Amino acid sequence: MRFVDTLAKSTKQIKHQNMFKIESKDVHLHYGAFHALKGINMSIEKNTVTALIGPSGCGKSTFLRLFNRMNDLIDDVRIEGKCLIDGKDIYSKEVKIDDLRKRVGMVFQKPNPFPKTIFENVAYGLRVNGISHKSFIEERVERSLKQAALWDEVKDKLKKSAMALSGGQQQRLCIARALAIEPSVLLMDEPASALDPISTAKIEELIYELKNDFTIIIVTHNMQQAGRISDTTAFFYLGELVEVDSTKKIFTNPNDTRTQNYITGRFG
Amino acid sequence: MTHLDSELKQLRIDLLDMFELVLSQLDKSKEALVNLDKDLAREVLVNEKRVNSFELQIDRDCENIIALFNPVAVDLRFLLAVLKINSNLERVGDIAESVCQFVMNFKLEPEKKLLEASRLLEMFDVSKEILKTVKDAFELEDTKLARSVFTQDETLDEININAHTIIADYILNNNDRINQSLYTLSMIRKLERVGDQCKNIAEEIIFYIEAKVLKHKSFQQKQETK
Repeated sequence: MRFVDTLAKSTKQIKHQNMFKIESKDVHLHYGAFHALKGINMSIEKNTVTALIGPSGCGKSTFLRLFNRMNDLIDDVRIEGKCLIDGKDIYSKEVKIDDLRKRVGMVFQKPNPFPKTIFENVAYGLRVNGISHKSFIEERVERSLKQAALWDEVKDKLKKSAMALSGGQQQRLCIARALAIEPSVLLMDEPASALDPISTAKIEELIYELKNDFTIIIVTHNMQQAGRISDTTAFFYLGELVEVDSTKKIFTNPNDTRTQNYITGRFG
Repeated sequence: MTHLDSELKQLRIDLLDMFELVLSQLDKSKEALVNLDKDLAREVLVNEKRVNSFELQIDRDCENIIALFNPVAVDLRFLLAVLKINSNLERVGDIAESVCQFVMNFKLEPEKKLLEASRLLEMFDVSKEILKTVKDAFELEDTKLARSVFTQDETLDEININAHTIIADYILNNNDRINQSLYTLSMIRKLERVGDQCKNIAEEIIFYIEAKVLKHKSFQQKQETK
């Protein structure tokens, strides 16, 4: 191979790696005999928000959990294909799950603060990772709470129990807790589905801000929410990725009739 | 049928009624002109208020559906198209009204020679035909039919372009009919706009069904987007 060709090839590879933060290549997942994900190919760009939509049981949460290896905890699960973050297969033997989860934070449907103080909730991830330097922890807790748009509301009661916060505040606390360990990817499984409209608006605003620093994948059943916050939308149905495109395209002129039927509420 | 489906169905029915109303206004304005029927012209002027209130009702229905149902994809395109078609139809209604205002000002029955030479009546017929075509295209969701309007409109353009010379010649030979000749020229100019409004409606029908934007494209480009 000529030098210029080699150079062009490696430049292309570097560009490709820089462009996509997360990739899945022909991923199949089985829960025992149940084929939950069927050959999913998707590439997710850095610093974008990708919404996963589809009816219940279509595989979107399963797909989301692939990227911090949460599915590993389920008995009888079998995964084929490749899941890459920053071009590296996260299912390869060299990857330690603890290290992976430092890079990939997750926020769940229901806020799940620990029965500890607000401060200790956010500091928890740092402490379990062996960080004990007091001023470092304080600085990181403050920064994470600010990133999660919660600092102004809790700065005077950091020593109070997190359980006393409202649902919306608890969810933002969980986001702050995930941010404290400085991940580069944030997975969110219906993070606002249990919240009132004002708390939902705050979470959505927060997601919009966070994409400057993180790559975010969010599962949502709320079509308008997907439209408001995401750059890309992927529609899953019966374990298949039916369509993935820019959110604008999906919500104005989707290619697949199944996508159109789902987003317009005419499914089934 | 979902709640949204039934709302959209009703909106479609209302817009088709609006098409019918405007078609009838255009038809009556021609009759009023040909027969110098001032009663019929007055009827058109009164009915114009119905066209206006119908426009407002359809606008309000679209606004409500958007606010309450958050439609997307084909439903959203349909609503956006209905809003614009509605506005275009109201303008066609305005044109019928203007024709009847001219009729109310006429003192003499329009000269047959002038009507024939200027091709004004032919223009009325082509305008009604084009409006009927876009109505059918909307009702049948037929984009091929909608596209046929772009060719039909050329007849109106041609009559409009030639009208200036024809009317000038007529005035030179009929000094006693200057006012009527100028009214005729004004009506030709207005009817040419019916063609433009119908082209806009055809573009909206194509946008709603095929998600293609034809606005500000040349005739050639519009044909190529098939």
